[in-house]
Amino acid sequence: MSTTKEHDVATRPAPREGPRRPRRTRGSGRFFAGLVFLGPGLTYLIVLLMIPLALVLSYSIFQRGRFGGVVYEPTGENFTRLLDPLYLDVVLGSLKLATIATLIALLVGYPTAYMIAMLPRKWKTIALVAIVLPFWTNFLVRVYAWIVLLSGPGVVNTALIDLGLIDEPLEFLYNQGTIVTGLVYSYLPLMVLPLYAAIEKLDPTLREASANLGARPARTFFSVTLPLTVPGVLTGCLFVFVPSFGNFIIPELLGGGRSIMVGNLIRDQFLKARDWPFGATLALALVAVLVALLLAQAWAARRYSRA
Amino acid sequence: MRKPRLLHVPFWLTYVFLYAPIVVLVAMSVNSGDSPYSFDGFSLKWYGALAQNEDIREGLVNTLIVALATTVLATVLGTLLAVGMARYTRSRTLDAIGLLPAVLPDLVLAIGLLVLYSAVQMTLGLHSVLLAHVVFGMAFVAAVVRTRLSHGDTTLEEASRDLGAGAVTTFLRITLPQLAPGIAAGALLAFTLSVDEFVIAFFTSAPTEPTLPVVIYSMVRFGVTPEINALATLLLAVSFTVVIAAQRMTRLTESLS
Repeated sequence: MSTTKEHDVATRPAPREGPRRPRRTRGSGRFFAGLVFLGPGLTYLIVLLMIPLALVLSYSIFQRGRFGGVVYEPTGENFTRLLDPLYLDVVLGSLKLATIATLIALLVGYPTAYMIAMLPRKWKTIALVAIVLPFWTNFLVRVYAWIVLLSGPGVVNTALIDLGLIDEPLEFLYNQGTIVTGLVYSYLPLMVLPLYAAIEKLDPTLREASANLGARPARTFFSVTLPLTVPGVLTGCLFVFVPSFGNFIIPELLGGGRSIMVGNLIRDQFLKARDWPFGATLALALVAVLVALLLAQAWAARRYSRA
Repeated sequence: MRKPRLLHVPFWLTYVFLYAPIVVLVAMSVNSGDSPYSFDGFSLKWYGALAQNEDIREGLVNTLIVALATTVLATVLGTLLAVGMARYTRSRTLDAIGLLPAVLPDLVLAIGLLVLYSAVQMTLGLHSVLLAHVVFGMAFVAAVVRTRLSHGDTTLEEASRDLGAGAVTTFLRITLPQLAPGIAAGALLAFTLSVDEFVIAFFTSAPTEPTLPVVIYSMVRFGVTPEINALATLLLAVSFTVVIAAQRMTRLTESLS
Protein backbone atom coordinates (compact mmCIF):
# COMPACT_ATOMS: atom_id res chain seq x y z
CA MET A 1 0.00 0.00 0.00
CA SER A 2 1.52 3.35 -1.04
CA THR A 3 1.63 6.37 1.20
CA THR A 4 -0.53 8.50 -1.07
CA LYS A 5 -3.35 6.00 -0.84
CA GLU A 6 -3.19 5.96 2.94
CA HIS A 7 -3.25 9.72 2.89
CA ASP A 8 -6.32 9.66 0.67
CA VAL A 9 -8.17 7.37 3.02
CA ALA A 10 -7.31 9.48 6.00
CA THR A 11 -8.48 12.78 4.53
CA ARG A 12 -11.50 11.61 2.58
CA PRO A 13 -14.74 12.16 4.50
CA ALA A 14 -16.40 8.94 5.55
CA PRO A 15 -18.95 7.79 2.98
CA ARG A 16 -22.45 8.37 4.29
CA GLU A 17 -24.37 6.44 1.70
CA GLY A 18 -23.68 3.60 -0.66
CA PRO A 19 -23.72 -0.15 -0.18
CA ARG A 20 -23.43 -1.58 3.31
CA ARG A 21 -19.97 -2.63 4.28
CA PRO A 22 -19.29 -6.30 3.80
CA ARG A 23 -17.76 -6.76 7.26
CA ARG A 24 -21.02 -5.90 8.94
CA THR A 25 -22.74 -8.96 7.55
CA ARG A 26 -23.47 -11.46 10.26
CA GLY A 27 -24.63 -14.34 8.17
CA SER A 28 -23.26 -17.55 6.81
CA GLY A 29 -20.06 -15.84 5.56
CA ARG A 30 -19.00 -14.93 9.05
CA PHE A 31 -19.93 -18.35 10.36
CA PHE A 32 -17.88 -19.95 7.60
CA ALA A 33 -14.86 -17.75 8.35
CA GLY A 34 -15.13 -18.60 12.05
CA LEU A 35 -15.25 -22.28 11.14
CA VAL A 36 -12.11 -21.98 9.02
CA PHE A 37 -10.19 -20.40 11.91
CA LEU A 38 -11.58 -22.36 14.82
CA GLY A 39 -12.42 -25.67 13.17
CA PRO A 40 -9.00 -27.32 12.77
CA GLY A 41 -7.64 -26.42 16.20
CA LEU A 42 -10.83 -27.27 18.05
CA THR A 43 -11.23 -30.58 16.26
CA TYR A 44 -7.66 -31.41 17.20
CA LEU A 45 -8.21 -30.49 20.84
CA ILE A 46 -11.46 -32.44 21.04
CA VAL A 47 -9.94 -35.61 19.57
CA LEU A 48 -6.55 -35.49 21.30
CA LEU A 49 -7.39 -33.70 24.54
CA MET A 50 -11.05 -33.86 25.53
CA ILE A 51 -11.71 -37.44 24.42
CA PRO A 52 -8.53 -38.79 26.11
CA LEU A 53 -9.43 -36.98 29.33
CA ALA A 54 -12.99 -38.28 29.21
CA LEU A 55 -11.65 -41.80 28.57
CA VAL A 56 -9.22 -41.71 31.50
CA LEU A 57 -11.76 -40.31 33.91
CA SER A 58 -14.40 -42.82 32.84
CA TYR A 59 -11.95 -45.71 33.35
CA SER A 60 -12.07 -44.98 37.06
CA ILE A 61 -15.46 -46.67 37.37
CA PHE A 62 -14.43 -49.83 35.50
CA GLN A 63 -12.56 -52.95 36.53
CA ARG A 64 -9.19 -54.23 35.69
CA GLY A 65 -9.13 -57.20 33.34
CA ARG A 66 -7.30 -60.34 34.33
CA PHE A 67 -4.47 -59.68 31.88
CA GLY A 68 -4.24 -55.93 32.29
CA GLY A 69 -7.06 -54.82 30.01
CA VAL A 70 -10.20 -53.03 31.10
CA VAL A 71 -13.49 -54.78 31.81
CA TYR A 72 -16.38 -52.42 31.17
CA GLU A 73 -18.44 -53.27 34.22
CA PRO A 74 -19.11 -50.39 36.57
CA THR A 75 -17.63 -50.67 40.04
CA GLY A 76 -16.87 -48.43 42.97
CA GLU A 77 -13.97 -50.62 43.98
CA ASN A 78 -11.29 -48.22 42.74
CA PHE A 79 -12.56 -45.46 44.95
CA THR A 80 -12.67 -47.60 48.09
CA ARG A 81 -9.15 -48.72 47.26
CA LEU A 82 -8.13 -45.07 47.10
CA LEU A 83 -9.10 -44.77 50.77
CA ASP A 84 -6.80 -47.66 51.69
CA PRO A 85 -4.10 -46.13 53.93
CA LEU A 86 -1.50 -47.64 51.61
CA TYR A 87 -2.57 -45.25 48.84
CA LEU A 88 -4.17 -42.49 50.85
CA ASP A 89 -0.88 -41.93 52.68
CA VAL A 90 0.89 -41.45 49.34
CA VAL A 91 -1.69 -38.89 48.23
CA LEU A 92 -1.49 -37.05 51.56
CA GLY A 93 2.30 -37.31 51.53
CA SER A 94 2.41 -35.74 48.07
CA LEU A 95 0.14 -32.96 49.29
CA LYS A 96 2.52 -32.39 52.21
CA LEU A 97 5.70 -32.34 50.10
CA ALA A 98 4.16 -30.09 47.45
CA THR A 99 2.89 -27.72 50.14
CA ILE A 100 6.27 -27.52 51.87
CA ALA A 101 8.01 -26.92 48.53
CA THR A 102 5.50 -24.18 47.70
CA LEU A 103 5.99 -22.43 51.05
CA ILE A 104 9.79 -22.57 50.80
CA ALA A 105 9.62 -21.26 47.23
CA LEU A 106 7.46 -18.40 48.50
CA LEU A 107 9.85 -17.58 51.36
CA VAL A 108 12.85 -17.65 49.01
CA GLY A 109 11.06 -16.10 46.07
CA TYR A 110 9.43 -13.12 47.72
CA PRO A 111 12.59 -11.27 48.87
CA THR A 112 14.23 -12.06 45.54
CA ALA A 113 11.28 -10.76 43.53
CA TYR A 114 11.17 -7.68 45.78
CA MET A 115 14.86 -6.98 45.21
CA ILE A 116 14.50 -7.39 41.46
CA ALA A 117 11.57 -4.97 41.40
CA MET A 118 13.73 -2.38 43.21
CA LEU A 119 16.68 -2.72 40.81
CA PRO A 120 17.45 -0.11 38.15
CA ARG A 121 15.79 -0.89 34.82
CA LYS A 122 18.86 -2.29 33.10
CA TRP A 123 19.74 -4.70 35.92
CA LYS A 124 16.12 -5.69 36.29
CA THR A 125 16.04 -7.34 32.86
CA ILE A 126 19.32 -9.15 33.49
CA ALA A 127 18.17 -10.37 36.92
CA LEU A 128 14.88 -11.62 35.48
CA VAL A 129 16.52 -13.43 32.57
CA ALA A 130 18.92 -15.03 35.04
CA ILE A 131 15.93 -16.33 37.02
CA VAL A 132 14.20 -17.76 33.96
CA LEU A 133 17.31 -19.16 32.27
CA PRO A 134 17.65 -22.38 34.33
CA PHE A 135 13.94 -22.98 33.87
CA TRP A 136 14.36 -23.12 30.11
CA THR A 137 16.98 -25.81 30.30
CA ASN A 138 16.14 -29.47 30.20
CA PHE A 139 14.27 -30.52 33.31
CA LEU A 140 16.07 -33.88 33.62
CA VAL A 141 19.44 -32.15 33.36
CA ARG A 142 18.56 -29.85 36.24
CA VAL A 143 17.46 -32.75 38.43
CA TYR A 144 20.54 -34.72 37.41
CA ALA A 145 22.79 -31.85 38.50
CA TRP A 146 21.62 -32.43 42.06
CA ILE A 147 22.63 -36.09 41.89
CA VAL A 148 26.13 -35.03 40.84
CA LEU A 149 26.21 -32.62 43.78
CA LEU A 150 24.68 -34.68 46.54
CA SER A 151 25.12 -38.39 45.90
CA GLY A 152 27.27 -40.63 48.15
CA PRO A 153 30.49 -40.11 46.18
CA GLY A 154 29.15 -36.74 44.95
CA VAL A 155 30.85 -33.37 44.69
CA VAL A 156 29.75 -32.09 48.09
CA ASN A 157 30.85 -35.24 49.92
CA THR A 158 34.16 -35.37 48.04
CA ALA A 159 34.84 -31.75 48.92
CA LEU A 160 33.93 -32.28 52.59
CA ILE A 161 36.20 -35.33 52.86
CA ASP A 162 39.05 -33.51 51.09
CA LEU A 163 38.68 -30.65 53.54
CA GLY A 164 38.88 -33.14 56.39
CA LEU A 165 35.51 -32.15 57.77
CA ILE A 166 34.06 -35.65 57.56
CA ASP A 167 35.53 -39.12 57.24
CA GLU A 168 32.60 -40.97 55.76
CA PRO A 169 30.36 -39.66 52.97
CA LEU A 170 27.04 -38.35 54.27
CA GLU A 171 23.76 -39.53 52.80
CA PHE A 172 22.18 -36.40 51.37
CA LEU A 173 20.11 -38.04 48.67
CA TYR A 174 17.04 -40.23 48.79
CA ASN A 175 14.96 -38.57 51.46
CA GLN A 176 12.05 -36.19 51.54
CA GLY A 177 14.38 -33.23 52.03
CA THR A 178 16.06 -33.80 48.67
CA ILE A 179 12.68 -34.19 46.99
CA VAL A 180 11.62 -30.82 48.38
CA THR A 181 14.96 -29.29 47.35
CA GLY A 182 14.51 -30.63 43.82
CA LEU A 183 10.94 -29.29 43.62
CA VAL A 184 11.93 -25.84 44.88
CA TYR A 185 14.91 -25.76 42.53
CA SER A 186 12.82 -26.75 39.52
CA TYR A 187 9.86 -24.45 40.04
CA LEU A 188 11.27 -21.41 41.86
CA PRO A 189 11.21 -19.29 38.66
CA LEU A 190 7.45 -19.88 38.44
CA MET A 191 7.13 -18.33 41.88
CA VAL A 192 9.42 -15.37 41.30
CA LEU A 193 7.84 -14.19 38.02
CA PRO A 194 4.24 -13.56 39.20
CA LEU A 195 5.55 -12.12 42.49
CA TYR A 196 7.79 -9.76 40.57
CA ALA A 197 4.89 -8.72 38.33
CA ALA A 198 2.73 -7.96 41.40
CA ILE A 199 5.43 -6.05 43.28
CA GLU A 200 6.50 -4.12 40.19
CA LYS A 201 2.91 -2.94 39.67
CA LEU A 202 2.73 -1.43 43.17
CA ASP A 203 2.55 2.32 43.34
CA PRO A 204 5.74 3.40 45.21
CA THR A 205 3.93 6.44 46.62
CA LEU A 206 1.88 4.10 48.81
CA ARG A 207 5.01 2.90 50.57
CA GLU A 208 6.33 6.43 50.81
CA ALA A 209 3.05 7.60 52.33
CA SER A 210 3.24 4.78 54.86
CA ALA A 211 6.82 5.74 55.74
CA ASN A 212 5.96 9.42 55.97
CA LEU A 213 3.16 8.61 58.36
CA GLY A 214 5.76 7.05 60.63
CA ALA A 215 5.45 3.35 59.88
CA ARG A 216 8.62 1.33 60.21
CA PRO A 217 9.72 -0.67 57.12
CA ALA A 218 8.39 -3.91 58.63
CA ARG A 219 5.02 -2.35 59.35
CA THR A 220 4.89 -0.88 55.83
CA PHE A 221 5.67 -4.28 54.39
CA PHE A 222 3.04 -6.19 56.35
CA SER A 223 0.29 -3.56 56.14
CA VAL A 224 0.86 -2.17 52.64
CA THR A 225 3.13 -4.17 50.35
CA LEU A 226 2.21 -7.73 51.28
CA PRO A 227 -1.59 -7.30 51.21
CA LEU A 228 -1.40 -5.56 47.84
CA THR A 229 0.64 -8.38 46.31
CA VAL A 230 -1.66 -11.20 47.47
CA PRO A 231 -2.83 -11.99 43.89
CA GLY A 232 0.80 -12.51 42.85
CA VAL A 233 1.39 -14.72 45.89
CA LEU A 234 -1.65 -16.86 45.03
CA THR A 235 -0.62 -17.22 41.38
CA GLY A 236 2.96 -18.09 42.29
CA CYS A 237 1.87 -20.68 44.85
CA LEU A 238 -0.43 -22.30 42.31
CA PHE A 239 2.30 -22.34 39.65
CA VAL A 240 4.67 -24.16 42.03
CA PHE A 241 2.15 -26.46 43.64
CA VAL A 242 0.56 -27.83 40.45
CA PRO A 243 3.71 -29.28 38.82
CA SER A 244 5.08 -30.35 42.23
CA PHE A 245 2.04 -32.34 43.23
CA GLY A 246 1.91 -34.53 40.10
CA ASN A 247 5.67 -34.89 39.74
CA PHE A 248 7.17 -38.35 39.42
CA ILE A 249 10.67 -37.69 38.12
CA ILE A 250 12.04 -35.79 41.12
CA PRO A 251 10.76 -38.36 43.68
CA GLU A 252 12.20 -41.15 41.57
CA LEU A 253 15.63 -39.64 40.84
CA LEU A 254 16.19 -37.73 44.08
CA GLY A 255 13.90 -39.68 46.36
CA GLY A 256 15.27 -43.12 45.62
CA GLY A 257 13.01 -45.08 43.28
CA ARG A 258 10.22 -45.97 45.69
CA SER A 259 6.66 -44.83 45.05
CA ILE A 260 6.63 -41.83 47.27
CA MET A 261 4.40 -39.40 45.47
CA VAL A 262 1.10 -39.82 43.69
CA GLY A 263 2.78 -39.29 40.30
CA ASN A 264 4.95 -42.39 40.81
CA LEU A 265 1.88 -44.35 41.82
CA ILE A 266 -0.01 -43.35 38.68
CA ARG A 267 2.98 -44.12 36.48
CA ASP A 268 3.36 -47.55 38.07
CA GLN A 269 -0.33 -48.39 37.67
CA PHE A 270 -0.12 -47.63 33.96
CA LEU A 271 3.31 -49.01 33.06
CA LYS A 272 4.11 -51.66 35.68
CA ALA A 273 1.01 -53.01 37.42
CA ARG A 274 -1.05 -52.37 34.28
CA ASP A 275 -4.08 -51.61 36.41
CA TRP A 276 -5.38 -48.80 34.24
CA PRO A 277 -8.71 -48.29 36.03
CA PHE A 278 -7.00 -47.71 39.38
CA GLY A 279 -4.35 -45.52 37.74
CA ALA A 280 -7.21 -43.52 36.21
CA THR A 281 -8.81 -43.18 39.64
CA LEU A 282 -5.57 -41.82 41.08
CA ALA A 283 -5.33 -39.39 38.16
CA LEU A 284 -8.89 -38.33 38.87
CA ALA A 285 -7.93 -37.64 42.49
CA LEU A 286 -4.95 -35.62 41.29
CA VAL A 287 -7.09 -33.56 38.92
CA ALA A 288 -9.77 -33.11 41.62
CA VAL A 289 -7.24 -31.63 44.06
CA LEU A 290 -5.91 -29.28 41.40
CA VAL A 291 -9.38 -28.17 40.28
CA ALA A 292 -10.31 -27.50 43.92
CA LEU A 293 -7.16 -25.38 44.25
CA LEU A 294 -7.87 -23.46 41.04
CA LEU A 295 -11.39 -22.71 42.24
CA ALA A 296 -10.11 -21.67 45.66
CA GLN A 297 -7.55 -19.40 44.04
CA ALA A 298 -10.16 -17.82 41.75
CA TRP A 299 -12.49 -17.35 44.73
CA ALA A 300 -9.75 -15.81 46.89
CA ALA A 301 -8.63 -13.49 44.08
CA ARG A 302 -12.20 -12.31 43.48
CA ARG A 303 -12.89 -11.81 47.16
CA TYR A 304 -9.63 -9.97 47.48
CA SER A 305 -10.29 -7.61 44.55
CA ARG A 306 -13.70 -6.75 45.97
CA ALA A 307 -12.28 -5.89 49.38
CA MET B 1 13.26 4.58 46.61
CA ARG B 2 15.33 3.23 49.47
CA LYS B 3 16.98 -0.07 48.81
CA PRO B 4 16.39 -2.61 51.54
CA ARG B 5 19.87 -3.81 52.49
CA LEU B 6 18.56 -6.78 54.38
CA LEU B 7 17.32 -8.31 51.14
CA HIS B 8 20.73 -8.56 49.53
CA VAL B 9 21.46 -11.84 51.29
CA PRO B 10 18.41 -13.87 50.16
CA PHE B 11 18.66 -12.24 46.73
CA TRP B 12 22.20 -13.45 46.09
CA LEU B 13 21.55 -16.79 47.79
CA THR B 14 18.75 -17.42 45.29
CA TYR B 15 21.15 -17.01 42.39
CA VAL B 16 23.79 -19.18 44.06
CA PHE B 17 21.12 -21.84 44.63
CA LEU B 18 19.99 -21.65 40.99
CA TYR B 19 23.43 -21.68 39.41
CA ALA B 20 25.68 -23.74 41.71
CA PRO B 21 24.47 -27.12 40.36
CA ILE B 22 24.83 -25.86 36.81
CA VAL B 23 28.37 -24.59 37.39
CA VAL B 24 29.40 -27.91 38.96
CA LEU B 25 27.87 -29.83 36.05
CA VAL B 26 29.75 -27.76 33.48
CA ALA B 27 33.03 -28.06 35.41
CA MET B 28 32.69 -31.85 35.66
CA SER B 29 32.00 -32.15 31.94
CA VAL B 30 35.55 -30.97 31.10
CA ASN B 31 37.11 -33.23 33.71
CA SER B 32 40.00 -35.38 32.51
CA GLY B 33 39.51 -37.99 35.23
CA ASP B 34 37.13 -40.91 35.01
CA SER B 35 35.19 -39.95 38.12
CA PRO B 36 32.20 -37.72 37.49
CA TYR B 37 32.68 -36.21 40.95
CA SER B 38 36.26 -35.04 41.51
CA PHE B 39 38.06 -32.68 39.22
CA ASP B 40 41.47 -33.89 37.98
CA GLY B 41 42.25 -31.57 35.09
CA PHE B 42 40.90 -30.12 31.86
CA SER B 43 39.94 -32.37 28.97
CA LEU B 44 37.30 -32.53 26.26
CA LYS B 45 37.40 -36.31 26.03
CA TRP B 46 33.85 -36.78 27.29
CA TYR B 47 32.55 -34.66 24.44
CA GLY B 48 34.35 -37.03 22.08
CA ALA B 49 32.79 -40.02 23.83
CA LEU B 50 29.42 -38.34 23.53
CA ALA B 51 29.78 -37.95 19.77
CA GLN B 52 30.40 -41.70 19.55
CA ASN B 53 27.32 -42.59 21.57
CA GLU B 54 24.84 -44.25 19.20
CA ASP B 55 21.83 -44.01 21.57
CA ILE B 56 22.22 -40.30 22.09
CA ARG B 57 22.66 -39.56 18.40
CA GLU B 58 19.54 -41.56 17.60
CA GLY B 59 17.58 -39.82 20.35
CA LEU B 60 18.71 -36.44 19.12
CA VAL B 61 17.57 -37.17 15.56
CA ASN B 62 14.19 -38.42 16.84
CA THR B 63 13.77 -35.35 19.02
CA LEU B 64 14.58 -32.97 16.17
CA ILE B 65 12.12 -34.70 13.83
CA VAL B 66 9.35 -34.51 16.42
CA ALA B 67 10.17 -30.94 17.48
CA LEU B 68 10.31 -29.55 13.93
CA ALA B 69 7.06 -31.22 12.89
CA THR B 70 5.43 -30.12 16.17
CA THR B 71 6.54 -26.55 15.58
CA VAL B 72 5.01 -26.42 12.08
CA LEU B 73 1.68 -28.00 13.07
CA ALA B 74 1.35 -26.20 16.41
CA THR B 75 2.16 -22.83 14.86
CA VAL B 76 -0.42 -23.15 12.07
CA LEU B 77 -3.18 -24.58 14.29
CA GLY B 78 -2.39 -22.28 17.23
CA THR B 79 -2.36 -19.11 15.15
CA LEU B 80 -5.67 -19.95 13.46
CA LEU B 81 -7.17 -20.81 16.84
CA ALA B 82 -5.97 -17.53 18.39
CA VAL B 83 -7.41 -15.42 15.56
CA GLY B 84 -10.64 -17.39 15.60
CA MET B 85 -11.06 -17.03 19.36
CA ALA B 86 -10.26 -13.33 19.35
CA ARG B 87 -12.36 -12.38 16.34
CA TYR B 88 -15.17 -14.87 15.89
CA THR B 89 -16.37 -15.99 19.29
CA ARG B 90 -16.76 -14.83 22.85
CA SER B 91 -17.21 -18.32 24.23
CA ARG B 92 -15.46 -18.72 27.56
CA THR B 93 -15.71 -22.49 27.26
CA LEU B 94 -13.53 -22.35 24.15
CA ASP B 95 -11.07 -20.14 26.03
CA ALA B 96 -10.88 -22.72 28.78
CA ILE B 97 -10.38 -25.62 26.35
CA GLY B 98 -7.64 -23.67 24.60
CA LEU B 99 -5.81 -23.06 27.88
CA LEU B 100 -6.37 -26.51 29.33
CA PRO B 101 -3.22 -28.18 27.90
CA ALA B 102 -1.10 -25.46 29.48
CA VAL B 103 -2.46 -26.02 33.00
CA LEU B 104 -3.21 -29.74 32.93
CA PRO B 105 -0.49 -31.86 34.60
CA ASP B 106 1.58 -33.43 31.84
CA LEU B 107 1.18 -36.82 33.50
CA VAL B 108 -2.61 -36.71 33.09
CA LEU B 109 -2.34 -35.73 29.42
CA ALA B 110 0.23 -38.48 28.93
CA ILE B 111 -1.93 -41.28 30.33
CA GLY B 112 -4.97 -39.87 28.53
CA LEU B 113 -3.21 -40.15 25.19
CA LEU B 114 -1.84 -43.57 26.05
CA VAL B 115 -5.40 -44.73 26.76
CA LEU B 116 -6.66 -43.18 23.52
CA TYR B 117 -3.90 -44.73 21.42
CA SER B 118 -4.55 -48.15 22.88
CA ALA B 119 -8.33 -47.72 22.44
CA VAL B 120 -7.90 -47.10 18.71
CA GLN B 121 -5.08 -49.67 18.61
CA MET B 122 -2.55 -47.26 17.20
CA THR B 123 1.06 -48.42 17.31
CA LEU B 124 3.42 -46.12 19.18
CA GLY B 125 6.25 -44.34 17.42
CA LEU B 126 7.44 -40.85 16.60
CA HIS B 127 4.00 -40.02 15.18
CA SER B 128 2.31 -40.70 18.53
CA VAL B 129 4.75 -38.35 20.31
CA LEU B 130 4.22 -35.75 17.59
CA LEU B 131 0.42 -35.88 17.92
CA ALA B 132 0.78 -35.42 21.68
CA HIS B 133 3.28 -32.55 21.50
CA VAL B 134 1.06 -30.61 19.10
CA VAL B 135 -1.66 -30.54 21.81
CA PHE B 136 0.32 -28.37 24.23
CA GLY B 137 2.40 -26.69 21.50
CA MET B 138 -0.78 -25.37 19.92
CA ALA B 139 -2.08 -24.11 23.26
CA PHE B 140 1.11 -22.13 23.93
CA VAL B 141 1.25 -20.68 20.40
CA ALA B 142 -2.41 -19.66 20.69
CA ALA B 143 -1.79 -18.04 24.09
CA VAL B 144 1.21 -16.04 22.85
CA VAL B 145 -0.48 -14.96 19.61
CA ARG B 146 -3.62 -13.94 21.49
CA THR B 147 -1.75 -11.53 23.75
CA ARG B 148 -0.62 -9.74 20.60
CA LEU B 149 -4.12 -9.81 19.13
CA SER B 150 -5.73 -8.21 22.14
CA HIS B 151 -3.08 -5.49 22.18
CA GLY B 152 -3.51 -4.68 18.49
CA ASP B 153 -6.65 -2.93 17.42
CA THR B 154 -8.90 -3.99 14.58
CA THR B 155 -9.01 -0.63 12.76
CA LEU B 156 -6.48 -1.74 10.15
CA GLU B 157 -8.47 -4.87 9.44
CA GLU B 158 -11.66 -2.86 9.20
CA ALA B 159 -9.99 -0.38 6.87
CA SER B 160 -8.86 -3.24 4.67
CA ARG B 161 -12.40 -4.64 4.51
CA ASP B 162 -13.81 -1.16 3.84
CA LEU B 163 -11.46 -0.80 0.91
CA GLY B 164 -12.92 -3.95 -0.55
CA ALA B 165 -10.42 -6.66 0.42
CA GLY B 166 -11.90 -10.06 1.19
CA ALA B 167 -11.53 -11.91 4.48
CA VAL B 168 -8.66 -14.02 3.15
CA THR B 169 -6.71 -11.08 1.71
CA THR B 170 -7.23 -9.11 4.90
CA PHE B 171 -5.97 -12.01 7.00
CA LEU B 172 -2.92 -12.64 4.84
CA ARG B 173 -1.89 -9.03 4.23
CA ILE B 174 -3.01 -7.22 7.39
CA THR B 175 -3.56 -9.59 10.34
CA LEU B 176 -0.71 -12.02 9.71
CA PRO B 177 2.10 -9.43 9.30
CA GLN B 178 0.93 -7.70 12.49
CA LEU B 179 1.04 -11.00 14.34
CA ALA B 180 4.40 -12.12 12.94
CA PRO B 181 6.50 -11.42 16.08
CA GLY B 182 3.97 -13.24 18.25
CA ILE B 183 3.86 -16.18 15.87
CA ALA B 184 7.67 -16.37 15.81
CA ALA B 185 7.81 -16.29 19.61
CA GLY B 186 5.10 -18.96 19.81
CA ALA B 187 6.92 -21.18 17.32
CA LEU B 188 10.16 -20.87 19.29
CA LEU B 189 8.29 -21.75 22.47
CA ALA B 190 6.64 -24.79 20.87
CA PHE B 191 10.02 -25.99 19.56
CA THR B 192 11.80 -25.58 22.91
CA LEU B 193 8.98 -27.24 24.84
CA SER B 194 8.93 -30.19 22.46
CA VAL B 195 12.72 -30.66 22.60
CA ASP B 196 12.68 -30.68 26.41
CA GLU B 197 9.44 -32.60 26.92
CA PHE B 198 9.92 -35.85 28.80
CA VAL B 199 6.79 -37.10 30.57
CA ILE B 200 4.49 -37.34 27.55
CA ALA B 201 7.27 -38.72 25.34
CA PHE B 202 8.01 -41.31 28.03
CA PHE B 203 4.45 -42.62 27.83
CA THR B 204 3.77 -42.27 24.11
CA SER B 205 7.06 -43.15 22.43
CA ALA B 206 7.99 -46.60 21.20
CA PRO B 207 10.89 -48.25 23.08
CA THR B 208 12.72 -48.55 19.75
CA GLU B 209 12.35 -44.84 18.95
CA PRO B 210 13.01 -42.86 22.13
CA THR B 211 13.40 -39.09 22.06
CA LEU B 212 16.50 -37.52 23.61
CA PRO B 213 14.94 -36.79 27.05
CA VAL B 214 13.82 -40.43 27.25
CA VAL B 215 17.38 -41.55 26.43
CA ILE B 216 18.77 -39.18 29.08
CA TYR B 217 16.28 -40.50 31.62
CA SER B 218 17.31 -44.11 31.12
CA MET B 219 20.99 -43.11 31.37
CA VAL B 220 20.46 -41.03 34.52
CA ARG B 221 18.52 -43.82 36.18
CA PHE B 222 21.51 -46.09 35.93
CA GLY B 223 23.83 -43.59 37.51
CA VAL B 224 26.08 -40.65 36.87
CA THR B 225 28.61 -40.72 34.05
CA PRO B 226 30.90 -37.95 32.78
CA GLU B 227 29.28 -38.41 29.39
CA ILE B 228 25.93 -37.17 30.70
CA ASN B 229 27.74 -34.18 32.19
CA ALA B 230 29.00 -33.31 28.70
CA LEU B 231 25.58 -33.81 27.15
CA ALA B 232 23.94 -31.73 29.89
CA THR B 233 26.44 -28.94 29.29
CA LEU B 234 25.70 -28.91 25.57
CA LEU B 235 21.95 -28.83 26.23
CA LEU B 236 22.45 -25.98 28.70
CA ALA B 237 24.49 -24.06 26.13
CA VAL B 238 21.79 -24.51 23.48
CA SER B 239 18.96 -23.43 25.81
CA PHE B 240 20.90 -20.43 27.10
CA THR B 241 21.65 -19.29 23.54
CA VAL B 242 18.04 -19.69 22.45
CA VAL B 243 16.62 -17.87 25.49
CA ILE B 244 19.06 -14.97 25.22
CA ALA B 245 18.51 -14.72 21.46
CA ALA B 246 14.74 -14.71 22.01
CA GLN B 247 15.15 -12.03 24.67
CA ARG B 248 17.19 -9.87 22.27
CA MET B 249 14.67 -10.48 19.51
CA THR B 250 11.63 -9.44 21.53
CA ARG B 251 13.44 -6.35 22.73
CA LEU B 252 14.33 -5.54 19.13
CA THR B 253 10.74 -5.92 17.95
CA GLU B 254 9.48 -3.97 20.95
CA SER B 255 11.78 -1.09 20.17
CA LEU B 256 10.69 -1.16 16.53
CA SER B 257 6.98 -1.04 17.25
